[in-house]
Amino acid sequence: MKVISSGIGELIQQPEINAFREWNRTQKPKALIDKRMSEKEAVSQYLKDGHYIGIELYGTVRAPMSLVREIIRQGFKNLNCAGQGVYESDLLAAANVIRKLDWTYIGFEVYGLSNSARRAVESGFIEKVVEWSNAALSWRFKAAAMGVPFIPTRVMLGTDTYKYSAAKTVECPFTGEKICLLPALILDVGFIHVHRADKYGNCQIDGISGFAAEMARASKRLIISAEEIVDTDVIRSQPDRTIIPYYYVDAVVEAPFGSHPGEMSGLYERDEEHIKNYANDSKDELLVKDYLNKWIYNTKNHKDYLDLVGKTRLKNLRIERDKS
Amino acid sequence: MSDNKYNPNELLICIASRLMEDNATCFIGTGIPMLAASLAQKMHAPNLISIFEFGGIGAQLDKLPLAVGDMRTFNKGLVAAGICDIMEAGQCGFVEYGFLGGAQIDIYGNLNSTIIGDDHDKPKVRLPGSGGGNDVGSTCWKTIIIMQHGKRRFMPKIDFITTPGYLSGPGTREEAGLPPNTGPYRVVTDLCTLGFDETSKRMKLLALNPGINMNDVVENTGFELIIPDKIEQNDVPSTEELRILREEVDQDKYYI
Repeated sequence: MKVISSGIGELIQQPEINAFREWNRTQKPKALIDKRMSEKEAVSQYLKDGHYIGIELYGTVRAPMSLVREIIRQGFKNLNCAGQGVYESDLLAAANVIRKLDWTYIGFEVYGLSNSARRAVESGFIEKVVEWSNAALSWRFKAAAMGVPFIPTRVMLGTDTYKYSAAKTVECPFTGEKICLLPALILDVGFIHVHRADKYGNCQIDGISGFAAEMARASKRLIISAEEIVDTDVIRSQPDRTIIPYYYVDAVVEAPFGSHPGEMSGLYERDEEHIKNYANDSKDELLVKDYLNKWIYNTKNHKDYLDLVGKTRLKNLRIERDKS
Repeated sequence: MSDNKYNPNELLICIASRLMEDNATCFIGTGIPMLAASLAQKMHAPNLISIFEFGGIGAQLDKLPLAVGDMRTFNKGLVAAGICDIMEAGQCGFVEYGFLGGAQIDIYGNLNSTIIGDDHDKPKVRLPGSGGGNDVGSTCWKTIIIMQHGKRRFMPKIDFITTPGYLSGPGTREEAGLPPNTGPYRVVTDLCTLGFDETSKRMKLLALNPGINMNDVVENTGFELIIPDKIEQNDVPSTEELRILREEVDQDKYYI
């Protein structure tokens, strides 16, 4: 297959698929093992400085925020990251956690740019930014999930997004047309928040699934937080709903309101006031520091954080049918 | 026609909304496209199939989504899938229209939403990046771009091509390997509606917004537009459009 061109971006994470297979054989138990632990235990046990991480879905929607806060609380300073995010990516950038990024979107949606990510890139603190599209990043996970080193696609071609990526263009051996190859992206640690999981890590999500299925399968270590830990009988009663089978999962953390201030489909709405205030504060580096101190460094754990948010406020975010 | 006063965003939303066809599949991005789609469903296109990148298909947009992955993107929807399903449907040719925004655009409809400045590694301003923009601009049959008009936005050379328009002219999309017969179709701005010349693929003026003359457009565009002999006029927002927009689409005043 003839390589026609290559993006000039760094390939931050090599698609080592044979090592991934060996890892999955030797490091991922196939027995049903109780994997419940706290955020603190899960993050300290599985995350190391220098790791490459991914966080699904994104900051204001079904994001594992209790785990993100724990990553920041534990003071990691040298992580690489798949950059598809909103509020959670802004927080990680504000806490100087990220050094290299595969970037597709980091912004604040209706509230504009991600100010902390912007400062971290413009000041050079984030050393390397490699460009991708949303589909490209998800398809890179899909390639890893398939156990193949790359996936051919028809996006990114002809653009600077391609030029500053680590993709390659080849002549298709079947059609002779140009096609863009995306390298598989294997994460050291993936973080996903779900509606319900059992203690072994079988996970179900209500509503859209974002890129949870692909990213779960592309992670060497996968830490799950769940709104609710349910009996395995609940999973067994609707096995077609299980989007992440237990053997991909290394840790299961119970985290009610784990997506706060983001939303959780069917359970609670996003905390608009909290998000809006943070988006405003994020324009000022000092206010961001205050925010990190108040909501993360000065809270011990997720329960502490929820106490600070307040029961009444959380209750008001609950979607009607659950308010009884 | 109506005598109602309206602001530039309301006009932009109404004009974009009129381009959304009933029964068509439309990829909807953050912001004005969401409002336009919701308005279209309540006006002329009740069966407009909205497609949101993180998995929502065919929602009834009673409530305005604030994020392309929030639960309103599949409110009373047909499907709640995942991003790969959506992007693969686009890659297979199932998505007719894609609605996008951008910070900068050039004469061929290429869009920049990545950086301001000439050095990717040391940008003056780091913007949010491609997100699904590049995917939509690469795979939807017709891309409709919605943005504010101005010389710093309509530029002879943009700082970064995030999302492909007609790249550097006729045939260059296909030459790059992008699917044939795709590309930008309309650009909707606060001043006018633009299209692309079939042969040269350069941007051309199609219709002026109420109260705008040709000079306003020319002076606010950083490159030479094709000006055809016949130029249409866009209608002002109707009383009904404004009522629905204000009372039903964006009651919380996020955008208008």
